[in-house]
Amino acid sequence: MNNLYYLPSHEWARIEGNIAYIGISKYAADQLGNVVYVDMPEADDDVEAGAEFGAIESVKAASDLYSPVSGAVVEINEHLIDNPRLINQDPEGAWIIKVEMNNIGELANLLTPEEYARLTK
Amino acid sequence: MKTTCLHSRHTALGAMMSPFAGFDMPISYRGIEEEHMAVRTCAGVFDVSHMGEVTVIGRDATAFVNRIFTGDVSSLKPGQVIYGMMLNHDGGIVDDLLVYKDSDTQYLLVINASNIEKDVAWIESCLDGSFEVTAVNASDSWSELALQGPNAESVLREVLGLDMSELPFYHFRRTEIEGQEVIVSRTGYTGEDGFEIYACASLITQLWDKLMDAGVEPCGLGCRDTLRFEAGLPLYGNELSDTVTPLEASLSMFAKFEKPDFIGREAIVAQKAAGVPRKSVGLEIDGRAIARHGCTVLDVDGREVGEVTTGYLSISLDKSIAMALVDASCAAPGTKLQVQIRRKVFPATVVKKRFYTPNYHK
Repeated sequence: MNNLYYLPSHEWARIEGNIAYIGISKYAADQLGNVVYVDMPEADDDVEAGAEFGAIESVKAASDLYSPVSGAVVEINEHLIDNPRLINQDPEGAWIIKVEMNNIGELANLLTPEEYARLTK
Repeated sequence: MKTTCLHSRHTALGAMMSPFAGFDMPISYRGIEEEHMAVRTCAGVFDVSHMGEVTVIGRDATAFVNRIFTGDVSSLKPGQVIYGMMLNHDGGIVDDLLVYKDSDTQYLLVINASNIEKDVAWIESCLDGSFEVTAVNASDSWSELALQGPNAESVLREVLGLDMSELPFYHFRRTEIEGQEVIVSRTGYTGEDGFEIYACASLITQLWDKLMDAGVEPCGLGCRDTLRFEAGLPLYGNELSDTVTPLEASLSMFAKFEKPDFIGREAIVAQKAAGVPRKSVGLEIDGRAIARHGCTVLDVDGREVGEVTTGYLSISLDKSIAMALVDASCAAPGTKLQVQIRRKVFPATVVKKRFYTPNYHK
């Protein structure tokens, strides 16, 4: 069963039950170059599908992060505070935030891995 | 979009390209950090052919350059280079530039790519008929490389056959390679020793190819900016603009108040007497968030006191630093301020703008 979804703005959501792990795609990480800082929300903050929830910084520029889903942040990936380059090393594994979704129906609005792959070809 | 003579070289090297000042320019090849460290520890070469060149020739060339430029070129010897600014009548900076003196009747002005049209129009408007001089925009005739880093002198000698060991900092020499004119100056924009090389497009292409064959690191505009920033050097459009004066930009050492009148002098003398309202300062930010151009600077009470003009997580120093234009009352080193970065506010401290001590050849 497919549990991986994408936004056209290059974020992914990996779904486990009503929890979404959110990160950025390998394509986006490669475009950014070395990540030097990740601006993350705090646990209990609300995020909204399609809305900005943080930013990712390379040497040259900051890129906003958009949430694929709505809900409450239950955890942030604290490893990224000291080691933001985990995102370059394993972009599809290094999640940034973990969200408890409040509207699982929103997943229908997201891209499948196949659709996303076509977008970045 | 304009391109430089090395455009196909850049794309063949797989450079990340981006528009800058109307040119499609390389931002980085191997990576900004790698290129930055190559220049700090070894050598790197930049294509800076987008820069503008204006020749000023004629009997009154010295008087004319002195009229439009903040520095005093009358006391320069032929073969010297001087940094300074052109000001408007309000004392705002039209551009910052290098002036190369060939003789009392011949100068070369090297100006920012983003300002070529504006500068040429400004210079022409200053030619009011009282000067016997011609100013020609020669930007399309000159291409330019910047070879920068502690090993630049030996690379120049060993790879390009140019022995410039006797050339002092801020001096230049005209020479020829295969019958083609070359200007080499001991100048740069990185805080390291290095050279800027001006020649026609075909020769610059040959020199670039030789440097690539010798394994010299190609460097893009990405690290050009991180390097100049660490060395406390301003960038037009960030630290400098038509509404910022040399006093506000902390560049008053490049304005020669004692020389005969120059455009903008009256305005900056008046500003000095009345008190300079804003100052360009360095900021050290607590934490690792990056204060970028445009971020608001606040005092400890949350009152807006200025704006960040450039900021990076410094590659050489590994900390978050910025340059900012702030109210003069907040400009003393040690002053505690804050910077708004997206939704959060971070404590910051005013520090000297020269974050990295340059290693010039003096």
